[in-house]
Amino acid sequence: MVVPTGTANTASVIAAFRRLDSDPVLAVNPKAVEEADRVVLPGVGAFAPAINRIDQLGMREALTTRIESDRPTLAICLGMQLLCASSEENPDATGLGIVPETVTRFAGDLRVPQLGWNMVEPDGSTSLEAGWAYFANSYKIPRLPESWSGATTDYGGSFVSAMERGAILACQFHPELSGAWGSNLLRRWLWKEA
Amino acid sequence: MLAARVIPCLDIKDGRVVKGVRFQELRDAGDPVENAAAYEEQGADEIILLDVSATPEGRGNAVETVRAVRSVLSIPLTVGGGVRRESDAGRLLDAGADKVGVNTAAVSRPDLVAEIASRFGSQCTVLAVDAAARVGGPPVIGTERGHIRTSGSQLRSRWEVVVQSGSHRTGLDVVEWCRKATALGAGEILLTSWDRDGTRDGYDVELIAAVAGSVTVPVIASGGAARSEHLVTALRAGASAALVASILHDGDTTVADLKLGLSRAGITVRR
Repeated sequence: MVVPTGTANTASVIAAFRRLDSDPVLAVNPKAVEEADRVVLPGVGAFAPAINRIDQLGMREALTTRIESDRPTLAICLGMQLLCASSEENPDATGLGIVPETVTRFAGDLRVPQLGWNMVEPDGSTSLEAGWAYFANSYKIPRLPESWSGATTDYGGSFVSAMERGAILACQFHPELSGAWGSNLLRRWLWKEA
Repeated sequence: MLAARVIPCLDIKDGRVVKGVRFQELRDAGDPVENAAAYEEQGADEIILLDVSATPEGRGNAVETVRAVRSVLSIPLTVGGGVRRESDAGRLLDAGADKVGVNTAAVSRPDLVAEIASRFGSQCTVLAVDAAARVGGPPVIGTERGHIRTSGSQLRSRWEVVVQSGSHRTGLDVVEWCRKATALGAGEILLTSWDRDGTRDGYDVELIAAVAGSVTVPVIASGGAARSEHLVTALRAGASAALVASILHDGDTTVADLKLGLSRAGITVRR
């Protein structure tokens, strides 16, 4: 089940799961989001409009509850940032606050957004594999929150490219656009025992 | 470290891939879904679809093409051509595009860039610019960093924006336009040299350097590629990605071969 945070990458996420012979549906109500076997929280665009959309749909509590109860959830790109408390992008907006971090903008002599393929380097305690992944982001989570394992990537310095805790997996990159490596990641997440 | 990207481009007309020279004399180059899948298999980092249909009716088909290509493609898909309003961008994204390119309509109404970027994000808003070397005009009295100085006018770049598939010269300065569009929210620039398009004479490296040196978003070099050395010079000039079309469609080389050439030249690519 896919949470409709906006239109921009929903179609690509759904197409990627269909290629894995799964049939994802768009979530229509909070109860479904809380109870579905597997939930994907995608997201592209800006922090505030996405979290406002979740609030409009009344899905904030359903999402926090399911994540805190460790029900299989995959957050992608902006979806991962929404797990944080806040973002430099829209300082007044309140994130889901699952992790106490603040999302920061890439700084320094870099081309922003980061658009393209970069190397994901897992820290050893995660189910993630090293590989090239496709990124499209201007903001990032600077350090791994306590009690999460994960992976980092270098773009003018190290940032968190994925984080994992129990059945919760959050990726700053787009697994749905990361070729065979990304498809394998989605397949493992989809068929992992809950 | 971010890898340099090699991006095959499919010009689409009436549901088929076409390719011409300087946007004219289009010839058939196959089925979009088959081509896109084959290029992904060869190691393409992304695919660009440009809808070059002349009519709005033809444009309706483009959404179907996007949907069909999306269903087989597990790498990013950028779609441009005929995007006039925010709702056009929304339709393409709903059909499975990851980024949307705007060109002619943004030149007429720059706010279109801001509208798409604020709704869908800068990372999916691509400014497509067709650049042509200026012809005629006041005599040049000096050059500075890729710019020219003419008597009685300020410093400007050597290129002007052309629109409507290159049929109309606007006089708009390419470098200034790229700066303005990125300030409005464009997150990437697809920079095509109209003079080099389809010619196999190599990219216009000075054009790439002038634009890449003036903006902080990634620039995709386009127009004129024939060999991996051409890609190397474009990437060294500041491009983040290199677009290729004719040489792939004609089967003269593959994405894998081009990336091997880049790798041998010391440029990081995804393998």
